[in-house]
Amino acid sequence: MLQAVIGLEIHAQLLTVTKAFCSCSAETFGETVNSAVCPVCTGQPGTLPILGNGTVKLSLMAALAFNCRINRRSFFDRKNYFYPDLPKGYQITQYFRPLAEQGFIDVRLGNGQKRRVRINRIHIEEDAGKTIHEGASSIAASRDRGGTLVDLNRCGIPLAEIVTEPDITSPREARLTMETIRDILRYMSVCSGDMEKGDLRCDANISVVDTEDGKSSQRVEVKNINSFRFVEKALEFEFERISEAMRKGHQITKETRTWDFASRTTISMRTKEEESDYRYFPEPDLPPLEVSENLIDKTRREIPEMPDRKTDRFIAEYGLPEHDSTVLSADRELSDFFERAAGLTGKPKETANWMMGELIRILKEQGLTIGQTLLKPEHMADLLDLLDSGKISSNNAKEIFPDVVTTGVMPSEIAEEKGLHQVDDEAEIEVAIREAMSANPKAVDQYRSGKKGVLSYFIGAVMKKTRGRADPSIVNEVARRLLENE
Amino acid sequence: MDNRSFRKKLEQLAEDAGNPLDRDYLERIRSLNPEINAFTEYKTALENPSNGPLKNIPFAVKDNMHAVGFRTTCGSRILQDYESPYDATVIRRLKKAGALLVGKTNMDEFAMGSSTEHSVQGVTKNPWDTERISGGSSGGSASAVSAALVPFALGSDTGGSIRQPAALCGTVGFKPTYGVVSRFGLTAFASSLDQIGPLTRCVEDARTIMSIIAGEDSRDATTLKGTRSLFLRKLEPSIAGKKFAVPIEILEYEGLEKRVYDSFMDMVERIRQEGGIVDEVSIPSVKYVVAVYYLIAPAEASSNLARYEGARFGFSDPSPNYAALVKHTREKGFGEEVKRRILLGTFTLSSAYYEAYYSKALRVRRLLNKELSDIFSQYNYLINPTCPVIAPKIGEITDPLVFYLMDIYTIAANLSGLPAASVPSCSVNKMPVGFQIVGPRMKDMEVLDLAAAVESISPFFEHGLAPIPERWSA
Ligand SMILES: [Zn+2]
Repeated sequence: MLQAVIGLEIHAQLLTVTKAFCSCSAETFGETVNSAVCPVCTGQPGTLPILGNGTVKLSLMAALAFNCRINRRSFFDRKNYFYPDLPKGYQITQYFRPLAEQGFIDVRLGNGQKRRVRINRIHIEEDAGKTIHEGASSIAASRDRGGTLVDLNRCGIPLAEIVTEPDITSPREARLTMETIRDILRYMSVCSGDMEKGDLRCDANISVVDTEDGKSSQRVEVKNINSFRFVEKALEFEFERISEAMRKGHQITKETRTWDFASRTTISMRTKEEESDYRYFPEPDLPPLEVSENLIDKTRREIPEMPDRKTDRFIAEYGLPEHDSTVLSADRELSDFFERAAGLTGKPKETANWMMGELIRILKEQGLTIGQTLLKPEHMADLLDLLDSGKISSNNAKEIFPDVVTTGVMPSEIAEEKGLHQVDDEAEIEVAIREAMSANPKAVDQYRSGKKGVLSYFIGAVMKKTRGRADPSIVNEVARRLLENE
Repeated sequence: MDNRSFRKKLEQLAEDAGNPLDRDYLERIRSLNPEINAFTEYKTALENPSNGPLKNIPFAVKDNMHAVGFRTTCGSRILQDYESPYDATVIRRLKKAGALLVGKTNMDEFAMGSSTEHSVQGVTKNPWDTERISGGSSGGSASAVSAALVPFALGSDTGGSIRQPAALCGTVGFKPTYGVVSRFGLTAFASSLDQIGPLTRCVEDARTIMSIIAGEDSRDATTLKGTRSLFLRKLEPSIAGKKFAVPIEILEYEGLEKRVYDSFMDMVERIRQEGGIVDEVSIPSVKYVVAVYYLIAPAEASSNLARYEGARFGFSDPSPNYAALVKHTREKGFGEEVKRRILLGTFTLSSAYYEAYYSKALRVRRLLNKELSDIFSQYNYLINPTCPVIAPKIGEITDPLVFYLMDIYTIAANLSGLPAASVPSCSVNKMPVGFQIVGPRMKDMEVLDLAAAVESISPFFEHGLAPIPERWSA
């Protein structure tokens, strides 16, 4: 059997106030190109880097959340290469001794099982600018022609690079691993986790091993994967490509390939021989990064309960199915909302059902997070109350829910306003049924001659008349009585 | 100009704060600079100074420090038209103290050299003999101070670039402990070795300047805390009872000129007469300092100079694509010595050779640190000639290795980050000879204390100031 052996190299932009080594704002989204810059981050002669506290704190949080061993003393190094978006001609990174090493995360595979993926290292580095190749569909295609424009706004934004061990055994697991990492980072507000915007980036290493004879292909690196879905797609493509070659007895070259969005394939970027020599050496402008026991303790206390542990707790404490627990735990706001709502309603399962179904659908449709809506746990409690006491039907509840989310008005008020309270008055229902009977005597005859299925016609007619507010069980009972006894 | 004004120390000059001192100096620079080419650029009029201890006192800085209103060329074609976008920390501090920046001084391209012959702005000459080099790479600053075109100037010292030209031009030169003076705004050559310091006509003036430019800087993470206060006390020149180490490796170096050796031994004799205890010691790793320096400095330089590629600032050679732009800009923009060192550094940092060269150099650097700290556990000072020769004739030396070896006595202080001063100790055939004092880390003031003591017994000084060569004192 052929099996994938996958490791990920993840770059997460840290949500710091300032850039890593200067005091420029790190929030550059929507800024005019080349405006969020200063002499330091544009590499003017004579400038020097100053490491910001925010960068240390957020990367330390990530390292602790990924169960890493923290190096009390780590160092900065320079990675040297020429590229138009790299103003200094080198990137400040941590090569020889990173901030943190030897961690792990547990990734849920969705079938009740988990895969432990070991983290090799987490280190701090600075982002480069953005290169825009004019008139080219992809960087690979425009390497040697076309104009190149550079935006240095992103230059110097801090990144945490997270490198996993090759513990991942399928493209799907790779996607799940990325999602798990995203969830953890977002939980702590360390990174926005948005892959489409490039706030979170993934390069993947893949080789294929034949489990029968233990033979392994060369390792291929896939770069520029810009969505969670494409992590899986790109690796599926690579797995197939490599497997096919192995089955045919062809050699796989050790190379770097890029995910090509347009063709949904990977394209060769460079082979091993073409790799640059980055000439790493210690960064003389920055002293060692000393992390005190005190800072570690303080940071550890600021780390919230992580999604994986929360999922386990939701299963145990609220009796939710694994899938629901995973979805609700994946987002900190959503899980906080759930816990507060479940406390108010006293019905965790129903609360979860509503959130999993209606709420998540509405959020997706409107492209909002729960915090961006006016929905409060009190609304959920009110809604479940109305349903429980039979005051509104579940269809009507679904109908008004979007209004509750967008307006923040209590469900009972909206139901009242719209006259949606369920009709449970037998007299009123009887009037409606009689009307239907006199409107269609033929159906009455049919029923009485034994065609009991016609009952649904009368129920339907009543529901229509009361715009669905009638309690179906009462309608059923009254219709039966009238049809059979008169 | 009133000749007496350069018979005064900075503190006395500052007392004459009302004097239109700056105009006198500007006139002097305008008329005399063409003979020595010390300046790359100077002002013809100055702004109003701030109120401070150096009010109205003109000064110059080496052309690798950034100052708004000036270009910062680093003696290179690649930065020939580069306008400084900000002030270096040292400039900011001096301006705040009332000093007036009058100009930028010439240097070997990117501070890579020991003669100030390798600048796109031409050769800077030695005021004591204009056929001779001024030393380097801060040759322009040394020459300007020596000819009294400014009362003081700043230089930068990576392997001796303040002390060696100070020695060859007969001025005081001081390189502080690494981290005492902010490098923010100093165009980097070799970041772990570079340090800014003053060139002055007496030791007291060097202390005055240090008391203004020293101190922690939030823009330079390698600056040390609490260093400015070191320089606020009065100098305490004393020799009696102090212990001095003279490394035999230095005296045995075959490139040491006899007359320089003799003048050094003459000063050693004077120190003994004053009650100093002078011993010869062995510091084996001193033999390797030049080799270690030429592995570490070019490696750092190859990275520091990568930013000059023609895309954002400085000289740019229009090319069809980025790779060609980088290649052509650097080919035409850098001089031979700079290219030699970039190639050397690129080679020694390459992954195949990193262990064999760069990594080994770091180990020897640590060994040197240890040997020197062992010496300083027994001695107050390490003393030796600043430079093994007197200033050579312009164009006389063509082999880069001979230049490299001229720094053999100054490099150790950079590799170990130690404070070191060069004080003129005598003249040989009317050319100055420098005496170097090296102290333990953070003992900058103690080094200046001894420098002041040497100054007081040096036959070179007149009325407590380095004399101005005859041609310039008229
Ligand atoms: Zn900036």
